[in-house]
Amino acid sequence: MLTLTINEDRYDLDIDPQTPLLWVIREQVGLTGTKFGCGIAQCGACTVHLDGKPIRSCTTPVFAAVGRTVTTIEGIKNESGELHPVQQAWIEEQVPQCGYCQSGQIMSAIALLQKNPLPDDTDIDNAMRGNICRCGTYPRIRKGIQRAAKMIAIAPQKKKTIDG
Amino acid sequence: MGKWSRRAFISGGIISGGAVLFGIAIRPGNRVAKVAPLISDTNDTIFNVWLKISPNNKITVVVPHAEMGQGAHTTLAMMLADELDADWNLVEVLEAPAHKEYANYALAKGYALGDLNFPSWLVDTIDGFFLTATQAINLQITGGSTAVRTTGKFAMRVAGASTKAVLLEAAASTWNVPTDELTTKNSIIQHTESSRSAPYSEFAAIAAQLKQPVKPNLKMPDEFQIMGTNVQRLDIPSKVDGSAKFGIDARPPSLKFAAIKTAPVFGTKLKSVDEVSIQNMPGVRKVIQLDNAVAVIADGYWQAENALAALKFVFEDDGNELVEQSDIFKQFENDMNNAIKNSAEITDFQKGDINAALESANHIVEAEYRVPYLSHAPMEPMNCTAWVHDDICEIWTGSQDPLGFAAQIADALEIDVGNVLLHNEFLGGAFGRRAFSDYAIQAAKIATEVPYPIQLIWSREEDMRHDYYRQASISRFEAALDNSGIPIAWINQYVEKHDPVEAPYIPYAIDNQHIHFTESKTHVPWGFWRSVDHSLHAFFTESFIDELAFAATKDPYAYRRDLLADSPRFLHALDTAAKKSNWDSPLPDNWGRGIAIHKSFGTIVAQVIEVEVLEGRVVPRRAICAVDAGFAMHPNGMEAQMESGIVYGLTAALYSEITIQHGAVAQSNFHDYPMLRINESPIIETYIINGGEQIGGGGEPGTPAVAPALVNAIFNATGKRIRQLPIRLHDLSTKELSSKDVA
Ligand code: FES
Ligand code: FES
Repeated sequence: MLTLTINEDRYDLDIDPQTPLLWVIREQVGLTGTKFGCGIAQCGACTVHLDGKPIRSCTTPVFAAVGRTVTTIEGIKNESGELHPVQQAWIEEQVPQCGYCQSGQIMSAIALLQKNPLPDDTDIDNAMRGNICRCGTYPRIRKGIQRAAKMIAIAPQKKKTIDG
Repeated sequence: MGKWSRRAFISGGIISGGAVLFGIAIRPGNRVAKVAPLISDTNDTIFNVWLKISPNNKITVVVPHAEMGQGAHTTLAMMLADELDADWNLVEVLEAPAHKEYANYALAKGYALGDLNFPSWLVDTIDGFFLTATQAINLQITGGSTAVRTTGKFAMRVAGASTKAVLLEAAASTWNVPTDELTTKNSIIQHTESSRSAPYSEFAAIAAQLKQPVKPNLKMPDEFQIMGTNVQRLDIPSKVDGSAKFGIDARPPSLKFAAIKTAPVFGTKLKSVDEVSIQNMPGVRKVIQLDNAVAVIADGYWQAENALAALKFVFEDDGNELVEQSDIFKQFENDMNNAIKNSAEITDFQKGDINAALESANHIVEAEYRVPYLSHAPMEPMNCTAWVHDDICEIWTGSQDPLGFAAQIADALEIDVGNVLLHNEFLGGAFGRRAFSDYAIQAAKIATEVPYPIQLIWSREEDMRHDYYRQASISRFEAALDNSGIPIAWINQYVEKHDPVEAPYIPYAIDNQHIHFTESKTHVPWGFWRSVDHSLHAFFTESFIDELAFAATKDPYAYRRDLLADSPRFLHALDTAAKKSNWDSPLPDNWGRGIAIHKSFGTIVAQVIEVEVLEGRVVPRRAICAVDAGFAMHPNGMEAQMESGIVYGLTAALYSEITIQHGAVAQSNFHDYPMLRINESPIIETYIINGGEQIGGGGEPGTPAVAPALVNAIFNATGKRIRQLPIRLHDLSTKELSSKDVA
């Protein structure tokens, strides 16, 4: 038996500790937003956060997540259910096409903005190069991240004016 | 996207074969009775199979195309909603079920008649005939960039307009006023004189009894309210929070998972399996032997994969395991040479007197080009969920051809197609691959052996090694130039023709032309790959015309311009791309600029690409794209498709190559079949030209011109002419005399 914390929920699972986290999330836990693309850490479709850092869940054995915090695409809305600024920006910029890579793209983008709140295009390229988009949404991913960065930057000020 | 209720579908029964069906939107007669049980909640009123109006005035548009990222659901709904004067905020989309009533007859008609306008007296006959024909071959295909230009035009807009007509008629009779005093806006009918207004839903029940006009008046572009605007795509919200359901996300109760290995050499059979070798492995449920494949079912996919990796099995040899990639190119060469020798060439296009032109020529230019096999590699690997229960085979997958899939699964299982219930989910990319049902048939066959539902997932390796590949090909050119450098003869011989017929044709005014080809079959399965034959021929023809410009010591843009003087649409697109790129402005050292233009699926695309060649490495910096699709129904979506087509084309031109080794595909995953990544992706600028001609496609036309524009740019930067793709095979670390030096 092994215990996982995913999106703040606790799961007790009877499972081979070597099983890649990806399949545990998709099959045992039943969260299907995280995708399988290559299985060898080449495409980024399976990106989730482990203690806030982006990882490839297809090559991460589930035991490595025990005692740590896993966040998937289903767990990034805020407490009141509002979309994360990156998700909002993705809608504004109309980023997704087929959409299959986008959970992974969004998880990588959020991790980037947590580390670097005002990335330029080179920072974006470096942080996002592990995520393939076969539909070629790269120009919009750049715009989406820039927009989200601005939204995050002005969010606290907005709050202040409302408070004041 | 809305969901079909399975209960409604089953309890409504499935239309039995033999029923005579008519054109839904165009033919007179109300077809809805049969389909009503399938899409109706109790209080909805069905107009025809393309839309329904609910009591709360919500309009549900039924779209007969799959959503694979191209925005088809939204664009088609826009076309119907605009003609209906619907309130866009109250419009929902439902994908048509895999059902004969939705057969894509518009597609067959568009193909067969070259997308012509028909004289009105012919319409009924044509529709009836083509509907029958289409149903016979089970078309509900999303491909050929047809969604907007055929379904949209012939079905969605007509359905919207004719429904509006009967709603007006119903309102006029209810209020006892003349129809022409009524106006419609935002799903509301208004009679200004008597200050009355009411939502469409109030008249829906009466209107549904009325006969819809066969040829309603359609709006002129200046009357469009929704068409041509950038409404947000309806499928996007579900694609940012993980809730969008793709085929791989199907989760019927007690689902088990299957991994599969298909014979690596195409066409060979499974010989033997040693099932004992894995019988004690955890989670393993069953080994399934198919004709040419072996599958393992387990509780989890990882367990199934592990067991499959440990399983001992043997495939038969049938001779094809001796085939190497070099043999295939050698075969092409031989077949091309022999065809010439034996006058066995098949003519594509011929005009003028080639021999006379060659004799009078001042200068002859020759070149030979090659392209490799290509794989589609959509992000979502092939997968299908199947469950055989209660006499039906229930399927969840992503398909470009759900009707065809259902029919082929029924064939494979030897059951009635009425007993196949197919749920088409979002497609995680397709690009032509998901028009082939091999993976779905495998899943259905596996499911017949067990009482529970199974989800068959192909590993990325299986996906890459069992694709239907864009053909490899060789194309040879010979052109004659007169003493001012103008081409007076164009001879092109190539190998392996598929679709569409016109792919190798050139738009240039050259008086004497002979375009011909040779068939040379291989054991490698062929499939539609984004833009199909255009993907290779644009590279061939637009590279060669660039070579002619160089031979004539002319600027490649000006050279094309001269030859397009009588083709205003082409000229406009070419000029736009050139102008937006600042064609004549100087570039830094090691940078180059290349241009190309190509028409496909009714859409003209001109592109200028700027590259930097950094120590032999090609870095695309900027791509300028001018697109004339007649009219862009959803400009932002059209831009997205151009961006997508450009990235797809860049990946192929720079990196992609499937090679055959011992009869099987050598590549396996993204490390040896790499994709363009964000750090390699250029700045892309798209300029839309609403040229006003017949509406063209959007999903494919962005791709063909990319490879030639790119190699032409590399030539401009380095003086190296690349005649074989992919580009990464070439050493670009040194320079030769280039177009920069002569222009
Ligand atoms: S599926 Fe994990 S990186 Fe591709
Ligand atoms: S949106 Fe289709 S792969 Fe990225």
